[in-house]
Order: sequence, then C-alpha cells, then structure tokens
Amino acid sequence: MFGPLTSKPGTSKRNKTGSWRIESKPKFLQKNCIACKMCILVCPEACITGEQKNTYICDYSYCKGCSNCAVICPKQDIEMIPEDSKE
Amino acid sequence: MSKHLFTSGHTACSGCGQSMAARLVIDTAGPNTIVANNTGCLEVFSTKYPESSWEVPFVHSLFENCAAVASGVEAALKYLGTKDKINVIAQAGDGGTADIGLQALSGMLERGHDILYVCYDNEAYMNTGVQRSGLTPFDTSTSTTPVGIKSTGNVRPKKLMPEIANAHAIAYVATASVAFPMDIQRKVKKAISLKGAKYIQIHVPCPLGWRYEPRLTVEVAKLAVETGLYPLFEYENGILVAKRQIKPRPVEEYLKVQGRFKHLLNNQEELKKIQAIADANIMKYGLKQEAAAAS
Repeated sequence: MFGPLTSKPGTSKRNKTGSWRIESKPKFLQKNCIACKMCILVCPEACITGEQKNTYICDYSYCKGCSNCAVICPKQDIEMIPEDSKE
Repeated sequence: MSKHLFTSGHTACSGCGQSMAARLVIDTAGPNTIVANNTGCLEVFSTKYPESSWEVPFVHSLFENCAAVASGVEAALKYLGTKDKINVIAQAGDGGTADIGLQALSGMLERGHDILYVCYDNEAYMNTGVQRSGLTPFDTSTSTTPVGIKSTGNVRPKKLMPEIANAHAIAYVATASVAFPMDIQRKVKKAISLKGAKYIQIHVPCPLGWRYEPRLTVEVAKLAVETGLYPLFEYENGILVAKRQIKPRPVEEYLKVQGRFKHLLNNQEELKKIQAIADANIMKYGLKQEAAAAS
C-alpha cells in the first residue's frame, strides 16, 4: 500500500544543484590547509570531501556557491572565484 | 572520502543553516537511526518526491504529530526488543515544535519515550513565506508582522521553548547553534547516550527569511550567541549543568547584518528593549565570562 509513496535513500543525488550557482564558486587552494575539517562541517550541501592536509575539494555539480566554507576557513585557504573563470 | 547520511542534491536555499544542522545531527547519530520529521522546510527540501536525501529510514508525518509518530516507532521497537540498538529522532522546525506540534511534543516528553527531539529554530515559518511563529523574536519584521508607521514588527517575545521542555523533568534539554558545529555533535552524542526523552533546539539562520547574504550564515549564528540573544545551555534532569560563556557584544552588531531588523537601527527606544532582552538572558543563565578569565 505504501510502496508507491516510498523514496529510495540518497536518491536526491540526481539533482545536480550546481547549476544554481550564479556569481562565484569556491577554489580550494590546497596550500595552507591544516585539515581542521571546518569546511566539511559547515557545508550545507555536504559536497566537500577530503581527509589529509591539502586534499580537500568540493563537488561543483552540487555546490550552490554559498561561500560559507571560504568564510570559516581559519587559514584563508579557500577563495571564491568568479563562476566563469576557467579553473 | 567522507560519507554523509544526509546527501547532496537537496533543494535548500544556498547557505541554508538548517541543512548544515540536519547533516551534523544525523551524521552524529549514525546509521542505526529512524527519523520522524514533520512538515516544514527540512522535509520539503530533503524529500522532494520521488527523491530523498536521507540514507536512514525517514517517516514524514503531518505538521502537528511528528512527536506522536516517533513515540509509536519507539513503542514498536520496544515491543520488538531492538530499541537498545536503534536511535529514534523526531525533528521539526520551530513552528512545528512551539506552535502546531506542541501538544504532541508535550505528550511525548511527559510519557518519557526514549527519543531525541530536535527543533531547528529558524524563527519563523520560512517554508510558506516567512510568517511569524511562536519562536520569532521581539520586533522582527515578518510577512504577518510587517513594519509600518505604527508597527515595529513582532509584538511578542520569543517563546522559551527549552524551558517548557525542561518543565517536563526530562533527561536532557540543550540549545545549540550552527556557529559551533562541534558543540552540536557533542550535544547530540550526549543526548543519544542518555535514556528517556531529550530535547535539543538548534539555532539555524535562514538567508531568505532573515534577509542577509548567504555567506554570513555561520557569522550571523555566532553573533546571536555572542550578543546574548541566543543563550547556549544544557539542562540535565532539570538542573542547569553547562552554558557557553561570552564576552557580551552590543545587540546592534547582530541586528545590523539582517534585513528583518533593518527598521530598528535608528530607533534607540526599540534597541534598548532588545538590549534588555539580551541582558536578561545573560543574567538568567550567567553567561558573562568572569573578569579574570576574560583578561
């Protein structure tokens, strides 16, 4: 009875919300990173991954460009760059 | 690669505080969790049919009864004898907690179900277009408390929801803020380690309803705590056991970054009233850092 009303877990990954970005996107410089994981903790999209120092990266197909990672990074190792730049 | 139990692709606004908090809560609770969620922003953006952002069992109930649904889930698990291995989390927004869902929540707390109730407090009904709720602070401009010649916004103070939960003499009551993600993790971990009903209220800024730049979500949440307008504290069995001490900053610093308080900035009389609310919080919970520790 409830079968048709049930969604499979994690299926929202189908929505590539990266197209929502309008102005800027984060660039992970990977120079002074101390692996504090603050960017992972605050990312609303849960799209930042990384373990060791200077390995952190975000998935542009989901990033909505909110910039909270760049604001919270204690080493200013994340920079917001214009959306149309080639990097 | 870090794995989250709350995945990407949900349709929250850019810079949504609620999606940060929801991910922190479920990642801390772990995969052996059943979530009951009432109607609200969180349910709408994370479970857009036929998709779901959750990697755990998730029940969407009506607006008013997620505490009751969670109670039923917990009772069923108890009957099956598997409650010790599975956490039950009921979660709702501030309207679903303090206004519409209050009687179901009160019943759940009073019956002492072994459930963690999480209230994501974004201080209005953001999902339907920023209407005032019981947890909207004093003098806030919302679509149902508009600012005009004779009005300075919401006329009533914020409902003291954690105190109402605490009045049920439950195991654990805490407030948290997305400005301090590790603090949320610690509080959730502590709550699920305790038996009985638990209540956590998390302050989650909303860029749309509060009218600030999405990049400021964490900063705004931090200012709310540091001005004393959102005290962070923990009650265990009715006793205040911990609080986050602050060096109080003037409330203007918090108000000036948000469009919903813009009308107050040249109104000294109203500013004094809001400063009085912050001062009362600081006094009540003893938030002020001792002079020796501060210097």
